[in-house]
Parts: sequence; structure tokens; C-alpha cells
Amino acid sequence: MEIVATRNTIKTVENTTNMESEECQKPKISIKNVKVWYDDFQAIKGISMDIKPNAVTAFIGPSGCGKSTFLRLFNRMNDYVDGFSMEGKIKIDGSNIYKKKIHVEELRKEVGMVFQKPNPFPKSIFENVAYGLKIQGITDKKLLASRVEKALRQADLWEEVKNDLKKSALALSGGQQQRLCIARTLAVEPSIILMDEPTSALDPISTAKIEDLIFELKEKYTIIIVTHNMQQASRISDYTAFFYLGELVEYNKTNTIFTKPEKKHTENYITGRFG
Amino acid sequence: MRKFKEGVIEKTLLTSALITVAVTIGIVSVLAFEAIRFFKEVSIIDFFTDTQWTPLFTDKHYGILPLLSGTFLTSAIAISVALPIGLSISIYLSEYAPKSFRKTVKPMLELLAAIPTVVYGFFALIVVTPFLQGIFPNLSGFNSLSAGLVMGVMIIPFISSISEDALHAVPKELREASYGMGATKLQTAFKVVVPAASSGIIVSIILAISRAIGETMIVAIAAGQQPRLTFDPTVPIETITSYIVQVSLGDVQHGSIEYRTIFAAGITLFTFTFILNTISYGIRKKYQSNYE
Repeated sequence: MEIVATRNTIKTVENTTNMESEECQKPKISIKNVKVWYDDFQAIKGISMDIKPNAVTAFIGPSGCGKSTFLRLFNRMNDYVDGFSMEGKIKIDGSNIYKKKIHVEELRKEVGMVFQKPNPFPKSIFENVAYGLKIQGITDKKLLASRVEKALRQADLWEEVKNDLKKSALALSGGQQQRLCIARTLAVEPSIILMDEPTSALDPISTAKIEDLIFELKEKYTIIIVTHNMQQASRISDYTAFFYLGELVEYNKTNTIFTKPEKKHTENYITGRFG
Repeated sequence: MRKFKEGVIEKTLLTSALITVAVTIGIVSVLAFEAIRFFKEVSIIDFFTDTQWTPLFTDKHYGILPLLSGTFLTSAIAISVALPIGLSISIYLSEYAPKSFRKTVKPMLELLAAIPTVVYGFFALIVVTPFLQGIFPNLSGFNSLSAGLVMGVMIIPFISSISEDALHAVPKELREASYGMGATKLQTAFKVVVPAASSGIIVSIILAISRAIGETMIVAIAAGQQPRLTFDPTVPIETITSYIVQVSLGDVQHGSIEYRTIFAAGITLFTFTFILNTISYGIRKKYQSNYE
């Protein structure tokens, strides 16, 4: 309940702020000195940063730099990885998500995730989108139908599938499957959406569609996207964070990062000299 | 020279493959040949409708139903033991157990299938039946309940192991998607993983049924040798397999009608297991193409 309440206050904040005053906006996610280990290997070496609400933040960096691990901290998806341990604090809307009494399932309803490879369930299109609602115990058919339609519309997929809702989701194309996965995430009505290289398995046209979608979604959602594609980061994100070997090298407005990065290392990476 | 060697090896491999096929064809044709001769003397309608099986008595009846009911009864008891236990084990091992636990327990479970069935039969007769008689005083010394229960334990690994493989093969991404929407482990296991692995689970069940139908030693030792059209698990019965054992070991004259009954019974059994195996093969084929 606490989370929902703060979400509403943020919406009002959003209405009253504009670009100039965004510096004093409360962070959606605040990360303090986070360190992560997989057994003896330290994957994240003490990162602190704030993620702004209703903006797209891109995580870039070479493979193995810890950006995916870092992203998966926000919905506690690393909890299932053998040997995982972490230190530090992550607060979403002011509440620590790694405190002992947290309800992980509630957190994940608030923090949705879209994965690298489209991973629809081997069920019908309708069942895929309704899944998150059904596990919350929603059984009212009308309500389910309207929420499914809304989510599919938001994901810009409704027109393509409205007559085939009973068809298997696996029959869709890769790009459609990924938009279905986004719809499935949206149906649960999270406030944050984590995207782990959501277009890396897609063709350019499908990628463009997803990018347009991300652009539309940021009005309502806080989006964090991990990407290997520099152009993509510069096209769709408001903020960019560059990670290297488990450390946050540079974090700033995307414009600044791509035009006048402070660190030589960042410049080398975004201009393609390494990575 | 090298080419010659390769040729010899290739031919050897081919021969071994052909021998297997030839043996199968041979067995089936002997079965069919003798069965046809049997059905020349006994009408196939009587065979499937007569409710008595007394080929060894003076008043001869050749109704397979009592043997079928015995086979069905013991198999049904076995499956009702093995299915819930086997599935629970497979879901636990695949979704909950730590990796190390899974690695040690799975082979140990598979050992259950490695115990000689004669040991199981003996166990059913001298341990399980007396124990059950403590609970049900009316239970006969030979009965399908005890044999079925023990057979159920024996086929647990067929279900648990093959189902576990199927559950384990469900991509990690599907579980993550489910967790990511706020599903618990239990919800994920039953609403995503089990349905995604359903074809593999069905295959495991069919193989287990097929194994139960064909199982011989346990029922021959513990279930009795009295063909009886009944679904009462407390009385002695006889299955198709134990009848075949009984006649094969007895002093029935070769070539007689009594002797041929075992081929008729055998081909009935073979038909059932063949159909079940074909179904499971078909499902497995379909399921493999689903995941690629």
C-alpha cells in the first residue's frame, strides 16, 4: 500500500515540475553504495546513483560490466542466482527493497521486467497478458478482458492481434512477441519497467516499434533499459549510465554523455574504440 | 586398405541394427502366428466377451476379461501410488530443491527401478501383505492391493525422473517472466512450468503405465494365480503376465490349445503396450519440435 501511495504523490510532482526544476525531483530509485558478489567474484563494486522518475535511463557498457546484474537488483531477480549476495541500500519511492520484511511479489508487481529474448508463455495471447492479473486473484472476466485490451493497446499490439486472442503466443513474430511481453508487464500496472536488452533479438523494424513504444511509455513509467546499442541509448534515453568492470564510470543526461563526456573512458566506449 | 576397413565397420554396425529389427519382427511374427492358430479354434468374440478364463480346467473357457481386469486393477493401483508421489518429487526436485540435493537424490531415486523385480515381489508377499492384513483383516494372502502398491513404488522413478527432465527443460526465461510479474514459486511451478512441460509429463505417465502393464514378477508372486473378473483389490487375481509365467513353467504340452493361449494372451498384452508406447513416442516427437 505504501508504494501505491507514494506513486500517486509522484504523479502530482510530475504535473507540477518541468524540465528546469527536475534536478530537485525526488528520485524514483535511490541506490547507495551497492556491492554484489557471485560467490567470490565481485560483480558490482560499490555503486551509488539516483534514477529519475518518468524518464528513460539507459545502462551501457561492454559485456560483463555488471549492468544486467545491476538492473536485476531492482526487482530482486538475482535472488534466485546461486551464490548471490549483496550489500548496500536500494530504495524505491523511499522504501528499502532489500529490508528483511519486504514482500518480493508485491515489489515485482511494482517493478516490471522485459527480457532480452521474447519469452511469452506457451499459452494463448490473451492468457499471456492476463497471467499477471490472474495470479493476483482477479477472475472477473469483464475486468480481465478490459485490462488485457488496455495493455495490448498500450503496447501497440491490439490492432494486430484483436481477432486472434485465442491463438498461441508462440505463433507471433519475434517483434510481436516482445511487444506482447511488454503488454504482459504493463497489464500488472507497475510504475517502473526494467528492460534487459529488449531489442537485441529483433530486426530493425521491430526494434523501431519498440523504441517508439518506450518513448510513449515514459510519460507514465520510469524506464531503465540495458542496451549494447549506442545509437539506441542516444535515441531513446534521457539519462545514460556507463558501467565498466562493475563500476559506474559516468552518469549524466544522455545528451551530455554523447556530446561531451567527462571521462576519456566513456568517450572511448561510445565512439567505439573499445567494447 | 583404409576404405576397406571403413566398409567393414559400416557393415558391422548395419548388421547389429538389422539383427535387432529381425529379432523384433521374429518375435512379433511368432506371437501372431501362434495367436492366429489359437483364434482358429476359439472365436475372437468369445475371447473378448467370455467372463471366465479356465483353459487349464476340464470345463474350458477362453475369456481374456478376467486377466485383463487383473492387469488393469494392479496397474491402476500402481499408478495411483506412483503418479502423485512421482509428480510431487519431480516438481520438488526441479523447482525447489538446491542443485546439490537434486544431483544426489535423482540417481538414488532411479535406483528404485534398478532393484530386481523379484525382490519387490518377495517384499510385497512377505512384508507388505502381512502389514496390510493388520489393517484389513479380510485381505487374502495373495491380493492385487499389495502387489499394486509395491509396483507403484517401483515405477515412481519412471514418472519422477522423466517428468523432472521435462520440467527442468522448461527455459529459465519463462520462470523469470512469471516471477517478474509477481508470481510466487508455487504459482510459477503450477501455472507456467508444469503446463509447459505437460507433454513430457504425459509421456512419463504413459511409460509408467506401460511398464506396470508389462510387469510380471511382482504380480506373479504377490497377486495370486486365480483369474477372476473383479475390481476387489483384496482377493487373489491373475494378470496376463502371471498367466503366461504360470503356463510357460507348467507342464502344458507344446502345440496344444492350452499352450497357444499364452500367445493369445501375449499378443493382447503386446497390443496394449505397443499402443501406449506409440502414443508416448508421438507426444515426444511433437514436444521436441515445440522447443526447437
